Amino acid sequence: MATLDSKIPSGPLEKKWEKHKFDSKLVNPANRRKYTVIVVGSGLAGASAAASLGEMGYNVECFCYQDSPRRAHSIAAQGGINAAKNYPNDGDSVQRLFYDTIKGGDFRAREANVYRLAEVSNSIIDQCTAMGVPFAREYGGLLANRSFGGAQVSRTFYARGQTGQQLLLGAYSGLCNQIAAGTVKMHPRTEMLDLVVVDGHAKGIIVRDMVTGKIEAYAADTVLLATGGYGNVFYLSTNAKGCNVTATWRAHKKGAFFANPCYTQIHPTCIPVHGDFQSKLTLMSESLRNDGRVWVPKKKEDCGKPPGEIAEEDRDYYLERKYPSFGNLAPRDISSRAAKQVCDEGRGVGSTKLGVYLDFSAAIKRLGENVIRERYGNLFDMYHKITGEDAYKVPMRIFPAVHYTMGGLWVDYNLMSNLPGLHVLGEANFSDHGANRLGASALMQGLADGYFVMPYTIGNYLTTQTGKKVTTDHPEFAKALEEVKARTEQLLAIKGKRSVDSFHRELGLLLWEKCGMGRTEQSLKEALAKIPQIREEFWKNVNVLGESNDLNQSLEMAGRVADFLEFGELMCLDALERRESCGGHFREEYQFPDGEAKRDDENFAHVAAWEYVGDIAKSVRHIEPLNYENVHLAVRSYK
Amino acid sequence: MSHQLNLTLKVWRQKNAGTPGKFVEYPAQNIPTDCSFLEMLDIVNESLVQQNIEPIAFDHDCREGICGMCSLVINGVAHGPERATTTCQLHMRHFKDGDTIYIEPWRVGAFPLIKDLIVDRNALERIQQAGGFISARAGGAPDANSVPIPKQNADAAMDAAACIGCGACAAACPNSSAMLFVAAKVSHLALLPQGQPERTRRALKMVKTMDSEGFGNCTNYYECEAVCPAEIKSSFISMLNREYVFAAARDSVSMI
Repeated sequence: MATLDSKIPSGPLEKKWEKHKFDSKLVNPANRRKYTVIVVGSGLAGASAAASLGEMGYNVECFCYQDSPRRAHSIAAQGGINAAKNYPNDGDSVQRLFYDTIKGGDFRAREANVYRLAEVSNSIIDQCTAMGVPFAREYGGLLANRSFGGAQVSRTFYARGQTGQQLLLGAYSGLCNQIAAGTVKMHPRTEMLDLVVVDGHAKGIIVRDMVTGKIEAYAADTVLLATGGYGNVFYLSTNAKGCNVTATWRAHKKGAFFANPCYTQIHPTCIPVHGDFQSKLTLMSESLRNDGRVWVPKKKEDCGKPPGEIAEEDRDYYLERKYPSFGNLAPRDISSRAAKQVCDEGRGVGSTKLGVYLDFSAAIKRLGENVIRERYGNLFDMYHKITGEDAYKVPMRIFPAVHYTMGGLWVDYNLMSNLPGLHVLGEANFSDHGANRLGASALMQGLADGYFVMPYTIGNYLTTQTGKKVTTDHPEFAKALEEVKARTEQLLAIKGKRSVDSFHRELGLLLWEKCGMGRTEQSLKEALAKIPQIREEFWKNVNVLGESNDLNQSLEMAGRVADFLEFGELMCLDALERRESCGGHFREEYQFPDGEAKRDDENFAHVAAWEYVGDIAKSVRHIEPLNYENVHLAVRSYK
Repeated sequence: MSHQLNLTLKVWRQKNAGTPGKFVEYPAQNIPTDCSFLEMLDIVNESLVQQNIEPIAFDHDCREGICGMCSLVINGVAHGPERATTTCQLHMRHFKDGDTIYIEPWRVGAFPLIKDLIVDRNALERIQQAGGFISARAGGAPDANSVPIPKQNADAAMDAAACIGCGACAAACPNSSAMLFVAAKVSHLALLPQGQPERTRRALKMVKTMDSEGFGNCTNYYECEAVCPAEIKSSFISMLNREYVFAAARDSVSMI
């Protein structure tokens, strides 16, 4: 049985990172160029890590599937990035950011990691400002802050509604600088299809050039995965179409443990599904709930009527009814589940009946249309563009959607997986958000990992590898290369009747129903029985047209969907075994009489890290206990 | 409310840069008006797969108008008929039943065609790499509030920084000029105090690379501004011209 050593430094919480930095091994500047580092992914975590390591003198090879590193999906983050600067003088501190993040994660994250995240948050803002990120400012020229969910202080820095874009362009510009300097070699339109393990260490990757179709091997001294989350396992999510689990799943199959795959975040305010051919969901800032009232008709038969024809007494403002003190501002998980409940009762609105109203008429009456336009004009415009409806005149329709995944590959305090040589950064790892992520903390984590953690901890591994360089001539590379080629040819040879997309939709719908906002032992068992059947049909009946030695988008998607079809099973397995409700994981059997999530700290205050043993159904569940020495475990209540 | 359209598509299909391409006609049937333009192509591709015809290749990723990956010329207009809208955010309610829609790739010499509707925009990357950055290594930055920036300057920098790098400006320009793209980056950094130390070399090197990549010059057609999904103003091109002139003058003085 493998043991999970989190390598958390000893000593008081606030001294751990400082101590660890001092205890960490250094690589002499003259020796750094002798080490090759592979970075897969070019979002906030990948781009900042690649640029920083290149700047330090390492020889970096960076890969992304998009045509430019600037297009990674970090770019779509709207709201902001947290930091404990306390510029507004309203009582913030590193300790408070740490506590809010731990509590927001429903006490399922590691104390030491979260404290470090809070500690380096201030340096991120300094760094981004120095690189030219145009954060919002006040008239005096100093940086502006706003408040965000889960916090009672204003600690969020932002750049209009495009904070992710501006932070990514900052990291990307640093990456461009290093590409020009020759320290980073960039490989766009190149997709990682496997990890190469030599003598138990991650030493390279197999990639496919998405333009020529050529499958190639790259060797390195260490591999960094910064490949984002797996939200697209649900087919419909707020992720970009290309986001996938392949890199982390392939690493998992080569020995890296996958931690807490059941933790997924469902965001309550997205534009609803409009039909069977919808390809993705779009998030609308949660701030809308400050002035919008959520309701559905009381009677099913009213659901088809235009909202204006439904009398006030026939409307059910269900959040205000169920949660009188929080009302429309009930937390994300509760609001999401409540919307699902009313739709399950057949009271949803819109053509698909999967939607609820978010009504601004009362606020417009009270404050005037201009005030609402000032506050939310860009969101109303976006809504209009997508739905064709004017939300100043008719209520918006919203519905929850998959947004972020807190689970990911298990890593220790150095961000290294249990598989030596494999480091995992950003959303791709499991480390900092526990069972639920607070708003404006994903951008913080991606940049913390890339700018301020990895550059310090990489030496701890590299210094153990002196004289152990491997090249792509090693037989393990040839073996992995052949496996990937065979798999690619196999996908093209099936020539069945169904498109790749149709399988992806089928899987996504199943997971949304059985392992979405609410899960039960029965629903999970049903999913676990069904997923292998879909997978079997996929490998017999998928139709992937085109050739392997060409740009072939069906082939790319087929490989990703094949991996989702495996990963989905592990996700359900993890959800089944976690017999409690916490954060984004709501097991309907475990709730208080008032519907609140019922955590089980006695039996589940731990990380579940899964080991692949050749058959997903037989995966081994390892446990890393979470020891809380500094915070008191408390029940989250919002009444 | 949503209803359905039947359309005729004339789609540019080309196996690769070395093979001649042509328009191929496909019916697009029962297209819900709530679909985005790319979802309409998904539906067409699904039917092509059923007929064992290789699907149409097109670039896309975030499908929410921010990543800059999607890139289609629709009825002769980059990103189609709606102002300030990327192809992925263009919805089918802007088309009429029975319409014929021509779909082409960006046609710019500096963007070689890869396949069907996909082009290679690495020329934009090389312009960025030539100087589109502030050299600031992680770890050495001063406190973010140590350099106050007047709000109007920060806002103007943000206006320029909003560029999504899609390349529509070059695709729309009769000269295939990428001036709006280059202007956005140069202006964004020139407007901030942090961008001053490298201001001269940045303008010179980015413009030089833009020229060597084969992009044309700006002759004030303003087509770029008209199609820009991020609403980058052409006044930034004026700013780029000033930046370049002053940079060239400073550079020639320092050469003496």
